[in-house]
Amino acid sequence: MNREKIHGVDYDPFEIEQQEWKKRQVRERLKQILTITSPIFILILWEFLSRTGLVDARFFPAPTAIIATFLDMGANGELYQHIGISLYRIFAGFLLGVIPAIILGLLMGLYSPIRHFFSPLVMALMPIPTLALLPIILIIFGIGEVSKIVTIAGSVFFPVIINTVAGVVNIDRIYLDVAKNYGASTKDFFFKIALPGSLPVMLEGIQMGQAIALLTIVAAEMMGANSGIGYLIWTSYSSFILKEMYVGLVLISFFGYLFSLLLRGLQRKLLPWK
Amino acid sequence: MSDNAKISIDGLTKVFYKKNSSVVALKDINVEIQDGEFVCLIGPSGCGKTTLLRILAGLETPSIGEFTIAQGKEDRPIQSMVFQEQGVIPWLTVYENVAFGLKMRHLPKDTVQERTDYYLRKVGLDKFANLYPKELSGGMKQRVSIARAFANDPEILLMDEPFGALDEQNKFILQEELLNIWSETKKTVLFITHSIDEALLLSDRILLMSSQPGQIIDQKTIDLARPRNMEQVRSNKEMADDFVNIWKHLQVEVQGSRI
Ligand SMILES: Nc1ncnc2c1ncn2[C@@H]1O[C@H](COP(=O)(O)OP(=O)(O)O)[C@@H](O)[C@H]1O
Ligand SMILES: [Mg+2]
Repeated sequence: MNREKIHGVDYDPFEIEQQEWKKRQVRERLKQILTITSPIFILILWEFLSRTGLVDARFFPAPTAIIATFLDMGANGELYQHIGISLYRIFAGFLLGVIPAIILGLLMGLYSPIRHFFSPLVMALMPIPTLALLPIILIIFGIGEVSKIVTIAGSVFFPVIINTVAGVVNIDRIYLDVAKNYGASTKDFFFKIALPGSLPVMLEGIQMGQAIALLTIVAAEMMGANSGIGYLIWTSYSSFILKEMYVGLVLISFFGYLFSLLLRGLQRKLLPWK
Repeated sequence: MSDNAKISIDGLTKVFYKKNSSVVALKDINVEIQDGEFVCLIGPSGCGKTTLLRILAGLETPSIGEFTIAQGKEDRPIQSMVFQEQGVIPWLTVYENVAFGLKMRHLPKDTVQERTDYYLRKVGLDKFANLYPKELSGGMKQRVSIARAFANDPEILLMDEPFGALDEQNKFILQEELLNIWSETKKTVLFITHSIDEALLLSDRILLMSSQPGQIIDQKTIDLARPRNMEQVRSNKEMADDFVNIWKHLQVEVQGSRI
């Protein structure tokens, strides 16, 4: 018996709930539409202003013109070399920064003497922008790939190590007690408790590190390289080919977005228990 | 000291030292617990029950005094603890949590599998083996915690108010399950509770503690035949008297600590 009489009118509770559900679905879809509307709106507005000459098309070339430039640049293959070399530097630098940061971070989090020894160093070095050290890095490592990779590693290192330490320190004491009570060895402690327990906070640090890596690569390539997306942005700016500069900017934005998505996916994969 | 003592605690005192306010959590504790005995420790909150268990569990060291836990079979761990706050590890599945102690001891794979499956079935969690703890209710988490301790097959079991946070229904069911598993394994159990009913239902012997300083001031042997259930405990005249006596003791203790 689904039908009930309220004030003499027939109501079906399922019908009512179904309608509520439909309303919620519509609202969800509306939100999704809104999320893609804003970038599209900006692009259309930009296109319009640029084409009609309301803004100076030399400084703000229309999006379609930028796409055309992108296709032109793609046709001669040079663009892909720039992209490839930048990605290589980002990945290598990222790994070179993240891996030691995780290892040292876990050790600092688990063993308070190590933490007390290293944390003043980390605190003192962290505020120095790695880019400000670029001249010295160039002197030590030369103008080759290593100097760029080291620069990125240096700037990725700090957010990751700080979050890893915080992640371990904030693991609830009870889990450490449980591990100890059940006779966990040092190795098990490391891999079964400290690593997974600190992973959520650590991944936030890696996400931050990823954003910083992109900022750093562009600046580093502007200052001391003759290839890469940053170099492309810088040379096209210096020779006033702004369309090509915009292609570089869009590429950076695209890769930033892509990496964020990949890391979010990784997060979901690695943290099924959250 | 009798030959059959599984746990013997000798003149154990624990002081938590702080600059301005030191606490004598335990003072001159002397207890013997026989092999296979189920002993409940009851006392007002803050009297040092958890501290005593943590010392036996090797998580704290006594200030003075000592204790021994008799080692029977060589390959057995000395003790396993069921913590007051459950301590089910959130990044391990139900199965991995129950298998935790066995895996830490690096036992052969099939032994781990076999024992884990057995105790998962015992506490009715076999269907939930692959879930993460976030998807479990409080009662289910406590089952995981108990299964983990039993699966580890230790010499003695230390349980710190395992059912304290559960609703009545769940509590009754879990008490019964615990008694079932216990009668099957005949483990020596030291069980903390603040519920008199629970202590009467579960124990062979009840130790009464006072607070500040935490001392064992009295004990009662519970002779009620097993298997027991709550109705028997409630309808038994002797039990009712015991209940009132223990209750009075706790009242005095609580009043005393208020002054
Ligand atoms: N790590 C600690 N540091 C300082 N004081 C503690 C510590 N652990 C327990 N205490 C104190 O010791 C006393 C006994 O605590 P506890 O053993 O937790 O009591 P219970 O489990 O009976 O409620 C309390 O007064 C508590 O404040
Ligand atoms: Mg307690």
